[in-house]
Amino acid sequence: MHSHGEGGFPAESLFFIPAVVALVAYWAGALSPRSGSWPWHRTVFFTLGVAAVLATVLNPLAELSHTDFAVLSFSHLLAGMVSPLLLVLSRPFTLALRTLDVYPARRLSRLLRSGFVRFLGNPVTAAVLNTGGMILMFRTGLLDAMQDSMPVHWLVTFHLLAAGYLFTASIIGRDPSPHRAGYRLRAVVLILSIAAHNILAKGIYADPPPGIEPAAAEQGALVMYYGGAAVEIVLIVLLCRQWYQWSRPRSRIASGTRHQ
Amino acid sequence: MASPLPPSRSPRRRNLLSGALFGIGVAAFVDEVVFHQLLQWHHFYDRSTTAAGLFSDGLFHAFGWFAVVAGLFLFADLRRWHEVILQRWAGGVLLGAGAFQLYDGTVQHKLMGLHQIRYEVDLLVYDTVWNAVAVLLMLSGAVLLWRTRAAVPPAADARTDA
Repeated sequence: MHSHGEGGFPAESLFFIPAVVALVAYWAGALSPRSGSWPWHRTVFFTLGVAAVLATVLNPLAELSHTDFAVLSFSHLLAGMVSPLLLVLSRPFTLALRTLDVYPARRLSRLLRSGFVRFLGNPVTAAVLNTGGMILMFRTGLLDAMQDSMPVHWLVTFHLLAAGYLFTASIIGRDPSPHRAGYRLRAVVLILSIAAHNILAKGIYADPPPGIEPAAAEQGALVMYYGGAAVEIVLIVLLCRQWYQWSRPRSRIASGTRHQ
Repeated sequence: MASPLPPSRSPRRRNLLSGALFGIGVAAFVDEVVFHQLLQWHHFYDRSTTAAGLFSDGLFHAFGWFAVVAGLFLFADLRRWHEVILQRWAGGVLLGAGAFQLYDGTVQHKLMGLHQIRYEVDLLVYDTVWNAVAVLLMLSGAVLLWRTRAAVPPAADARTDA
């Protein structure tokens, strides 16, 4: 029933273009002398992050996720949680600001300081985009549309990645962010988002989305619940560790100039 | 972000907070591992619930994970500042764990009927033991907290603050 790509040039191959562009740009930056011995593990994180999201739009995952709800759940976990975490940890904006020429770097830094990015990067906005997207996907006809149409599937995957990145960056991001929210707000937003994820997963377990068999819904919900928990625990640890480093003892004089 | 200097530190309050968070997290974790997974007395979701029940369970689960991690990081912070008051911290753990268990045993089990401790047995014994243990934990925690209500960290004077 899903005959796209058969006997011709598979449209999915086009996704290699942005993926390769992103990888080449990042690697070029990381290897350039201006990066100042960029830690290699960040390059690994970026590469794995791009690979994870690419895997969800290519076969076999793309095809299987149309027939198997547990695989769809796993794809969402990759695109919406695992890949954003890896990409945020790879600190792409720090690398760009360090290695770009002066003018593009200034333009980027102006963009990062703009009101729009500030609004999008607020933990509350990011959490609403992230959680709201999930609720729409499972509680409206969107899921059905995704099963029928590849472009809808791609759009949803893009939303998962973008919203997931915004959310992860707003909670544990280490890239320059002039208006980062305080620890208390970030902790509350993280707890509420994890709760929403738990509630949604249990809701799917109990009350399958339209067109999904109960047994398949249970499998998918388990992937969502326990797979999500693994990533969420990493987020909690990273947020707490950031607070721990921030609040380290230091002299009174130095602490007068400390940044957030 | 908004606080240029460390907020005025209160070691007594911090020991209690760290212990209580850790206690809540451990109680939630023990419930999940022992009763849900090892004994399988009750489950993930028992199909007998209301929307409010799902909501409170999801929130508590999220808070439980956060509490255990944050409680331990707070403990590391206390150690770093030489501010650990071990008895007071232990009191916080007992109080937090007891409070979680009492909440689970009364609100989640009884008021919302989210799940029961066990099925197809007389619940009275189980409920009594569950909630009595919770109250005992809270009482012993309260005793420790009362005894350390004026305690000072042992190495407070040795701390170099300037």
